[in-house]
Amino acid sequence: MAYLNEELPVPLVEDDGLDAPYWEAARQHKLKVQRCTQCKTFQWGPEWICHYCLSYDVEWVEIEGSGRIHSWQRVWHPIPASLKDKVPYLIVLVELPQAGNIKMIGNLLGDGSQPVEFGAPVTTVFEDHDRGEQSYTLVQWKL
Amino acid sequence: MTSRSLRGKTAIAGIGETTYYKRGKSPYPEFRLALDAILAAAADAGLNPREIDGFASFADERSTPTRLASALGLKELKFASLAWEGGGGGGAGALGTAAAAVATGVADCVVVWRAITSGSSRRGVGAGGSASIQGDRAMWYPYGMISPAQMFAMRVNRFMHDHKIEASALRAIAMASYTHAQTNPRAVMYGKPLTEAAYDDSRYIIEPFHRLFDCCQENDGASAVIVTSAERARDLKQKPAYILGAAQGTSYRFAAKAHNSPDYASAGFTSLAPRLYEMAGVKPEDIDVLQLYENFTGGVLMVLIEHGFIKPEEANDFLKLENLIAPDGKLPLNTSGGNLAECYMHGIGLQIEAVRQLRGQSAAQVKNARLALMASGPMVAPTSNVIFGTAETL
Repeated sequence: MAYLNEELPVPLVEDDGLDAPYWEAARQHKLKVQRCTQCKTFQWGPEWICHYCLSYDVEWVEIEGSGRIHSWQRVWHPIPASLKDKVPYLIVLVELPQAGNIKMIGNLLGDGSQPVEFGAPVTTVFEDHDRGEQSYTLVQWKL
Repeated sequence: MTSRSLRGKTAIAGIGETTYYKRGKSPYPEFRLALDAILAAAADAGLNPREIDGFASFADERSTPTRLASALGLKELKFASLAWEGGGGGGAGALGTAAAAVATGVADCVVVWRAITSGSSRRGVGAGGSASIQGDRAMWYPYGMISPAQMFAMRVNRFMHDHKIEASALRAIAMASYTHAQTNPRAVMYGKPLTEAAYDDSRYIIEPFHRLFDCCQENDGASAVIVTSAERARDLKQKPAYILGAAQGTSYRFAAKAHNSPDYASAGFTSLAPRLYEMAGVKPEDIDVLQLYENFTGGVLMVLIEHGFIKPEEANDFLKLENLIAPDGKLPLNTSGGNLAECYMHGIGLQIEAVRQLRGQSAAQVKNARLALMASGPMVAPTSNVIFGTAETL
């Protein structure tokens, strides 16, 4: 079951294919991000080049789906209005120490009114959205 | 200081604005409002509008320079520029670009402006309403992170947490704008004062630090300023507001995708502020009045700190209404009512107010205001800022 709803925009792979490995891995319930094969720097979001050493030899690696809450927000005013029955809901920015402290945005699953603590450990939940040809899987987080 | 500087070479000679309306309430279309503001700025300067020869605006502006030049019957268009990305974060950047064009002889009279009507812009309508999304936004839209408030709230929350700053600091910033708006008949919130109780009782847009009164308005209207050379400005009708310095940009990877800014809990001015002060040749303590773009009050808090006006540990004690209001506050802030309570012209209204302060024409005048700092678009990328000075500061 989706944390929010099926009326939000469907995330598509970028036309240039840059982020395709991320979305394809998520469909298989795996978390993949970029790492430079030369200097081993992790990078998120994806780019065509390593920002640290400027190598084009950037690979996709599977990482453990865990992190800690770097920041958070509890949304009360629904935008779009179709989320009016879903508020309050929680958005978190999760820092992944095992991947060079890259950060990922997601929802914190569970009660939208629950207390949230900075630094709290969270793990990945893969949330499938089955919409035929436009099916996708979101990387979500739980305490 | 490098000899390649904008310091004192150009000035704002004219300011103009339309009536400011609540969102969706303008009786006129957007392009008509742009014309009104530009002609008002020319009249204010005592400048024949046919002397305008350049336009500089910033991201999302829709009234294009070539249409404006044609509509206004300009003799010649010599310069047209748009500061990329960051929405309102480009406002002072557009002014800096205009100043650079004038200082280098590319053009002589450059308009910097913003015109907005919700009807023609569909601003706020498209957000989240599209069926699909890709690229960086695909990493946040599906999580219900779509509106500007949602995009910035986590930067603010982390900063407040790191420095143990309380909501009362943000309330003082909101109260300063509303208090000043009560002396400014142009302000949309004129006659609508805000009390501490009303702030505290207002609903959360986002918890914990975005109550209703922490968020800017959406408005219809237009505002414009005219930049010309220092020499020419001295021959025009008004006291020139000299541009002493301007900066635009981001710190290292501030715009990294999916909120991967290394300096996350930031308004984005850590690298700009030192550059701005160096070009202007002044220090934070020299500044008499501040016009700081309020998209959200938490952004203003970080702008104050990143520009050296207060230290994080001073925020709870210093950010009280009495310190932020004209004429006698230690750090008068947003003296027209700003984006929160005068009008949200994406910061051009704040530039106009900085000029009014240096002319002595503000409705909430700071005594002997000689140096004014204006900052555009906290928390976006890129951001920009500018320092204006009177003739005595040159």
